Amino acid sequence: MKLSGKAWKFGADIDTDAIIPARYLNTSDPEELAKHCMEDADPEFAQRVSAGDIIVAERNFGCGSSREHAPIAIKAAGVGCVIAASFARIFYRNAFNMGLPILESPEASADIVTGEHLELDLSTGVIVNKSRNLTYQAQPVPPFMQELLATGGLIPYVMKTRGNPKTEG
Amino acid sequence: MGMTISEKILAAHAGSEKVEPGELIEVEVDFSLANDITAPIAIERFRQAGAKEVYDAGRIAFVPDHFVPNKDIESALQCQLLREFAVEHKLTNFFEVGRMGIEHALLPEQGLVLPGDVVVGADSHTCTYGGLGAFATGVGSTDLAAVMITGRIWFRVPASIKFVYQGNLQPWVTGKDLILYTIGQIGVDGARYRAMEFTGPVIAQLSMDQRLTMANMAIEAGAKNGIIAPDEITRVYVDERAQRSYRFYESDSDAHYEQVITYDVNEIEPQVALPPSPANSRPVSSLDEIPIHQVVIGSCTNGRLEDLRLAAELLTGRRVAPGVRCLIIPATQAIYRQAMDEGLFAIFLEAEAAISTPTCGPCLGGHMGILAPGERAVATTNRNFVGRMGHPESEVYLASPAVAAASAVLGRIASPEEL
Repeated sequence: MKLSGKAWKFGADIDTDAIIPARYLNTSDPEELAKHCMEDADPEFAQRVSAGDIIVAERNFGCGSSREHAPIAIKAAGVGCVIAASFARIFYRNAFNMGLPILESPEASADIVTGEHLELDLSTGVIVNKSRNLTYQAQPVPPFMQELLATGGLIPYVMKTRGNPKTEG
Repeated sequence: MGMTISEKILAAHAGSEKVEPGELIEVEVDFSLANDITAPIAIERFRQAGAKEVYDAGRIAFVPDHFVPNKDIESALQCQLLREFAVEHKLTNFFEVGRMGIEHALLPEQGLVLPGDVVVGADSHTCTYGGLGAFATGVGSTDLAAVMITGRIWFRVPASIKFVYQGNLQPWVTGKDLILYTIGQIGVDGARYRAMEFTGPVIAQLSMDQRLTMANMAIEAGAKNGIIAPDEITRVYVDERAQRSYRFYESDSDAHYEQVITYDVNEIEPQVALPPSPANSRPVSSLDEIPIHQVVIGSCTNGRLEDLRLAAELLTGRRVAPGVRCLIIPATQAIYRQAMDEGLFAIFLEAEAAISTPTCGPCLGGHMGILAPGERAVATTNRNFVGRMGHPESEVYLASPAVAAASAVLGRIASPEEL
């Protein structure tokens, strides 16, 4: 799967309250959430982001709450992928479960600046910075996650494996 | 080589003799939960998956606590969804306003989460139950929906970091100060993906309320779980509440830790975490004069009885400073009742503090104490991110109930020693 878009650079420890403030969590409607995406980090982001754009952040992206509204808001805002030096644990799971592509690359995170044009291939993890003709290698998606993605995310996966009798443990 | 307490609990629930950090395993879940913000999405996913039944109606709790009592029509609709699902699926543990408490105070209090459990909750502070000696971690709503259907979840076994607390606690230093100090030392991703195991003679002396406070904030260091080995203090707490059998696990003496970090608590004074990060913790005495507008004493971190007693001790015979709003939010109905019976409410009311029904409310900027631009709050809550308690230009300073109460009286961030 190949993606391309314009980079939006953010710093370290972007928390889920910055991605989607709790004051908007009285709904889980993706379109409503998208209107406030990244609001407390960059109030103009939601108006200015274009479909396919790529968020590039430093370490620990998505720290804080477990709210799945965070990857939902990012995806509904049209963002094609999030690249970060590292992701917070719950956000990482939620992003895969939602079908929001994410790539871990400290190298890309350190170098890319806002406005640069990126092309990336999720299957190889290769990120190309077309603005400066540079290439970065992202961490490959762990094998288990590839399987989860291959079945279409967590819900289809559960539908496939449902029926396992619960054993006492 | 032996296993840590986290590894042992996971191995037992995976049906394995042994698990190792990094290993992907599927485990049985003893208890799961969601709230009025996360359950609506979980319900939607549950239905999308075509599921007709939950795996066990007695082991899933829905606790509407964030925007309740319903703050607006949208919030009322979210709670209605939970209520209807709970009725349809005969969930034993749906807690309506009047019986409801903040989820992470309520479930231990009700004996629904127990030592040795694997607990999964659609709320990041699910890690609180590690204070009981459970493996407990927060997940998103979709993960929770899968648990509601199958009673199982996959995990990557976390490596463990052992924290050893030695020495003697200084006056007014609580579990909250220890965890703020710890996060300040290691940073908000200092334990990312790791198990934080809190040990040592200081932890062995801590009350259950303070242990729950410490485990509660493990997520603020990025941890998958925080955990404290259960002991007699744990046994006394759970024996009168447990609604099913439980098991104590402890780390083997030859268990492997990625790191062992030792703190001498003689060096630790009451802490304040400055905005916008829980890792910005400082000794309260090192701060310049910082005037405040609001104090919040409550939340899943510090809304338990001992927290209220501590606040009351400092507020006795004193008044909240002019220009300061002091909000006190007992975390559950039982805590509310007990605080009232003990006369704490009279002290709070004499001090001109306001007492609220249980709710997460202001902690996440939901309702019941939202900040205006430029306003500053001292809160016993767990996060001080930008905009967390209201306007993005407001500020939250995290502290213990003792520092919060002293600050309320003096109208600025203050040490209890100053009273």
